[in-house]
Amino acid sequence: METMIFLTDILFPALWGGVMVTLQLIILAAPVGFVLGIIIAILRVYGNKWVSMLCRGVVGFIKGTPLILMLFILYFGLPSVGITLSAFVASLIGFIMCNGAYNSEYIRGAISSVKEGQLVAAQALGMTKMQAVRLIVLPQALRRAIPGLSNEIIYLIKYSSLAYMLTVIELTGAGKMVATKYFAYTETFIFVGAVYLLLVTITTLAVVLIERKFAVPGMTQSGRNVLDIL
Amino acid sequence: MADDEYILRVEDIHKSFGKLEVLKGVSFNVKKGETICFIGPSGTGKSTLLRCINQLNIPDKGGVYLNGEEVTNSGPRINEFRQKIGMVFQNFFLFDHLSAVRNVEIALLKVLKMDPKAAREKALYELHQVGMEDWAEHYPAELSGGQAQRVSIARALAMDPDVILFDEPTSALDPELTREVLEVMKKLASAGMTMLVVTHEMGFATSAANRVVFMEHGLIQEEGTPEELMNGDGRFKEYMGKIGDIKE
Repeated sequence: METMIFLTDILFPALWGGVMVTLQLIILAAPVGFVLGIIIAILRVYGNKWVSMLCRGVVGFIKGTPLILMLFILYFGLPSVGITLSAFVASLIGFIMCNGAYNSEYIRGAISSVKEGQLVAAQALGMTKMQAVRLIVLPQALRRAIPGLSNEIIYLIKYSSLAYMLTVIELTGAGKMVATKYFAYTETFIFVGAVYLLLVTITTLAVVLIERKFAVPGMTQSGRNVLDIL
Repeated sequence: MADDEYILRVEDIHKSFGKLEVLKGVSFNVKKGETICFIGPSGTGKSTLLRCINQLNIPDKGGVYLNGEEVTNSGPRINEFRQKIGMVFQNFFLFDHLSAVRNVEIALLKVLKMDPKAAREKALYELHQVGMEDWAEHYPAELSGGQAQRVSIARALAMDPDVILFDEPTSALDPELTREVLEVMKKLASAGMTMLVVTHEMGFATSAANRVVFMEHGLIQEEGTPEELMNGDGRFKEYMGKIGDIKE
């Protein structure tokens, strides 16, 4: 009974704000990271040598360093060169860069897997290369990249907890505060874990629906049967 | 200008890939409504020649003229010329993520900026022309090779091109499917479409072509009507003799 009261009267209200902050971080970072991933991937595949190398370098740097270091640089380091970001904005930028960099790898691979003839045929019809990439290559590449991209959203949901290290009181941070105050670590963090699990499950289901909506016979088999299994 | 009697002029095209000289100076003229077949052993530059005409391969030297206007060195205007020069590929290259009708209409919408209703009507009409209107909503993976190639012909036709380039359109098809594609092409030829066809189909060349061009070693070796070449005693006859031997 006491546990029930702790859950309903203390834990839920205390975590609610944190859940909202976590959702804000994810909902703002994921779409921008998606677009950034597309841009970087296109520049890497179709950009000139220097642009391509620059993108490769940036992605390599982001992939090769812990995200927490980038967050520290953005929040604690940048003020020394006169750029002061709020903890929330610094976290958001870090997440977008990380998400965008990994997304670009999936999309780049998917672009490379689209047969050269698709681009050639589009150009033979009088499309500019830009049109051919946008209308023909990308729609095919993105369909193939869906599984990878959805993994990145799932990672994003979980690493959004790193914002707590920059003093953003998101879900994990809110949990830590309640847990410390009431000395109820186990209950609190099991509950926090359950919320993350719920977010990940919702995302996974949404991805299946998206995959089904965009499924094309012969191109994307993966999305067709997943819901049947469920 | 006297040149205007030709819809397409190709002058002294040279093309090398690295050290390999594929085309060593190829010239020919095409009149409106002509069907010209390019025949010759593999690797003699026939496909490269077609790709040089619409600049999918940029020739090292020489000029291509469509209705008297230079296609080579045309800069961004190349996209306008390509609208007028249709192309059909050996492996169809239908857009995998689009249904048959969307394959045909996408360039109408995005390149010619046609209004969606008119574009759909036009696309369905062209599919009807190649006998594929019942398959309009099907995706490329659901079509046989012959059906896919017919859709790709409809896609080229929809742009109302001045000339269509066929790059071995039946080489990826078995004999039965080859026939259904060749029938569509014969219909087009007799309807007055200007066509350049790289092919190994001698039957098509003799029955539908106004002119046959025999290419070897990056050069035009012989050209004339199918009868002239068959009755001549040049390399063409020798080549055809060789093919005949294998068939028997």
